[in-house]
Amino acid sequence: MLGDGILKGLAETAKNFAGSFVSKERMTTVEYPEERLPLPEAARNFPFLVYDGDDWEKGLRCVACQICEKECPPKCIYIEKSKDKKPDYVGKPQIYPAKFDIDISVCMSCQICVEVCPFEAIKMNTEFELATDDRFGGLLLDRKELARSNEYYHQIHPTEASEVDARLAEEKAKVEAKAKAAAEAAAAKAAAPPAAAAPATPIAKPAAPVEARPATAAKAAEVAKAPAAATAPVAPKPVPGTGSDGAASMTPEDKKAAETPAKTNEGEPKAQGEPKE
Amino acid sequence: MKSVEEIKAAIEAAVPGAVVKVILNPAPNAQHSLLIDAPHAVAVAEFLRDDDELALDFLSNVTGVDFLDKEIAEKVKVTRQVPKEVDGVQQMVDETVEETRKRVEPGYLEAVYHLFSVSKKHGPVIIRMRTANRTDLVELPSLTPIWRSAEFQEREVFDLFGIVFTGHPDLRRILMWDEFKDHPMRRDYVEPDDYEYEPTAHDDVLKRAQAHKAKVSAGEVSQ
Amino acid sequence: MSPSGIKTEKLAGWNRPPVIESDGEGELLEVAMGPHHPSTHGVFRMDVVLDGERVIKLKPVFGYLHRNHEQLGERQSYLASMPYTDRLDYFCSLTNNWAYALAVEKLVGQEVPERAEYLRVILAELTRIQNHASTIGFLLQEMGASGTPLMYAFREREKILDLFESLTGSRMMCNYMRFGGCRVDASPAWLEATRKVVAGLPAFVDEFERFLMTNEILMARCQGIGVLKPDLAVNAGISGPMLRATGVNYDIRKVDHYGIYDRFKFRVPLGDHGDIYDRYMVRMLEMRESILILNQALKDLPAGPVMDPKAKIRNFRPKAGESYGRIEAPKGELGFYLISDGGPNPYRYRVRPPSFINLTVLEDMCLGSNVADVVLIFGSVDIVLGEVDR
Ligand code: SF4
Ligand code: SF4
Repeated sequence: MLGDGILKGLAETAKNFAGSFVSKERMTTVEYPEERLPLPEAARNFPFLVYDGDDWEKGLRCVACQICEKECPPKCIYIEKSKDKKPDYVGKPQIYPAKFDIDISVCMSCQICVEVCPFEAIKMNTEFELATDDRFGGLLLDRKELARSNEYYHQIHPTEASEVDARLAEEKAKVEAKAKAAAEAAAAKAAAPPAAAAPATPIAKPAAPVEARPATAAKAAEVAKAPAAATAPVAPKPVPGTGSDGAASMTPEDKKAAETPAKTNEGEPKAQGEPKE
Repeated sequence: MKSVEEIKAAIEAAVPGAVVKVILNPAPNAQHSLLIDAPHAVAVAEFLRDDDELALDFLSNVTGVDFLDKEIAEKVKVTRQVPKEVDGVQQMVDETVEETRKRVEPGYLEAVYHLFSVSKKHGPVIIRMRTANRTDLVELPSLTPIWRSAEFQEREVFDLFGIVFTGHPDLRRILMWDEFKDHPMRRDYVEPDDYEYEPTAHDDVLKRAQAHKAKVSAGEVSQ
Repeated sequence: MSPSGIKTEKLAGWNRPPVIESDGEGELLEVAMGPHHPSTHGVFRMDVVLDGERVIKLKPVFGYLHRNHEQLGERQSYLASMPYTDRLDYFCSLTNNWAYALAVEKLVGQEVPERAEYLRVILAELTRIQNHASTIGFLLQEMGASGTPLMYAFREREKILDLFESLTGSRMMCNYMRFGGCRVDASPAWLEATRKVVAGLPAFVDEFERFLMTNEILMARCQGIGVLKPDLAVNAGISGPMLRATGVNYDIRKVDHYGIYDRFKFRVPLGDHGDIYDRYMVRMLEMRESILILNQALKDLPAGPVMDPKAKIRNFRPKAGESYGRIEAPKGELGFYLISDGGPNPYRYRVRPPSFINLTVLEDMCLGSNVADVVLIFGSVDIVLGEVDR
């Protein structure tokens, strides 16, 4: 019959039209600024820098190794290294970024900086209301504007953040265990000559270190359990250097890149403005 | 499917005079290719398409590759006559010395064709053609009459690499605008100085920014 | 030999567009359709010569969105090109990722873990469904059905994009696959959500079919218009649904068995006439086959890692060599051709874009038809300008 198909189509439309008044599932409009859809956990927008503790400047995990700067495809990260050092999360003195800028008008939210960072220092934010009328000031975020606390990270990516925490705790435990072992070895060495002098009491030799052990050993066991309880890691990550300086896990090439003196930015005044807040 | 050597033999049997060279690919996928000489390329292509066994009726991909001129330094042993005093008598004596000679191997532009067979469902067979150099002798025969799918792709290769395909029905620029002069995919292409202020300039961008600043201060460009 | 069994004629130009004579009445009119024509899916221009309503010449003009993607690829590391491939065909970023990953994996002989292969198939088929649904929606939009079918398609696409977002973090620029696997693993909750969406898809396709397939307007405007002959289609390198609509049985998933496609049972829908209606129907049926594949893949998905632990993310330097990897993207054969000279950047990075090559025969299909049909024929090719102009 002529017109058959059109009638069928119209009936379909009418059904959906009427249905949208009764079925809650079909009421899809969300009154945006008042109402918001929850973002999925994996959502990503622009990167931020994680800090531990209360002081954003002291707690920044970033050690200015400049790997992310090198790998960022559109080259929108700009880092200047500090001259002095400050302790990082395991207590090692590390350099820190004296300047860390991300031009989010260039950033394409690809997450490669997050993937390559060996120090879990940079993560993806989910904030999206970033419109501004100042292209160079408002969209160029400096390290203060980029810094977010670890709690914030837990808030937006809970699963990922606890995995990261577990991983970091494990490393910290390893470092502590290593330091412990080193201390023990030193103690054993120190104790060795008298032990040799008095071979009759060999058991008494490591007494002092053993005494100190229980507390830390228990702690190490506790944190070692954490990663096992967490789900499988997101992706194989280069494990950060567990002992020495920040360049431990870098390849020679990166090391070279990291060692080049901090580049000077072009002479133009940076229209950065005062940090907000 | 036949191996590259067999295809080579088949081509040489079918197209008298054709010079075919196998180019080995060291990657694990072993996609070797055949270098075809330009004068016989159309005949070879027609054979590849119409041969009942090969039946490479589907030209999937056409692309260009640019290989720059290479300066090769090689050590050569040269024997020369040198004057020498032997037993108080001035004589000419042979002496062998090693010399470093520099020779410029001309670069070339390459057109690469990836062929598949839709009827036989095999492939790829890769054929390549090379130009004599990168400057004036950049003509290659067009394979568009054999495979229509080369039409836009050869135009693109012409546009971006500057290979001139003779026998192409409509050889114009395709992606760049008609007035554009250079060939932007060539490896020695110099970008125009289209400087834009960038707040986080470093590496290449910084270099370009500095070059631009130098030009501005020298008065070569206005802004 | 051509697929229809006829030995192709010698170089008589059988594969050139026909010459259409004007009828001699009135004047010829040259029209530039585009670059901002609402139907052109972006910025694309067709220079058309019209004799009355009839098209007697048509030349596509490209390049408005050209950004030399290939040169960008040659200037940065292999990994850094991955997010840029998202921007080629921005409707199907996951299949673009896969094609590129496949080419690199072929270049270095990298293995991919089982689970990652399954995830890739799931994501690629979801991509195919949302692409075909919206292509059909756009086609109807161009036919004058303003909005309704497109919104129905987008309603479904939205569900699939939500899945993409909750797995990869982004709705369209997924940047998900890596050389040797995938970036993150899918959680059980995600798989559950996917199963739910996939279970709802057949109803959507049914509904779509109910109100489109026998629609008189659709049939009148699509059947017998924009016919493409199989010989010419193969010769012109046409691929994807457009090639299969002419009746040529060539699906790279079946031919190359890349990934793990040999493990799934699915059929390849073929057209008969090569007109717009066949292209529309092939896409419709492909969606159904994709749902079949999805069901199988979601059922068999094994546990395990999603990334080869030996795969390198940073400082990736393949040995010298070259490779051509291709997949059946929703729009056709998407290939990546890479030449490595052993450095951290590819020496040559080439994209074989299906949309671009499918436009080769646009002129052949449009000549002689009315100018109003040009828009439809163009829409049935299914292109994205991000990929055409690169
Ligand atoms: S890679 Fe990580 S630690 Fe290194 S500079 Fe970037 S954010 Fe800082
Ligand atoms: S998300 Fe991508 S583009 Fe943005 S800063 Fe990180 S690496 Fe650069």
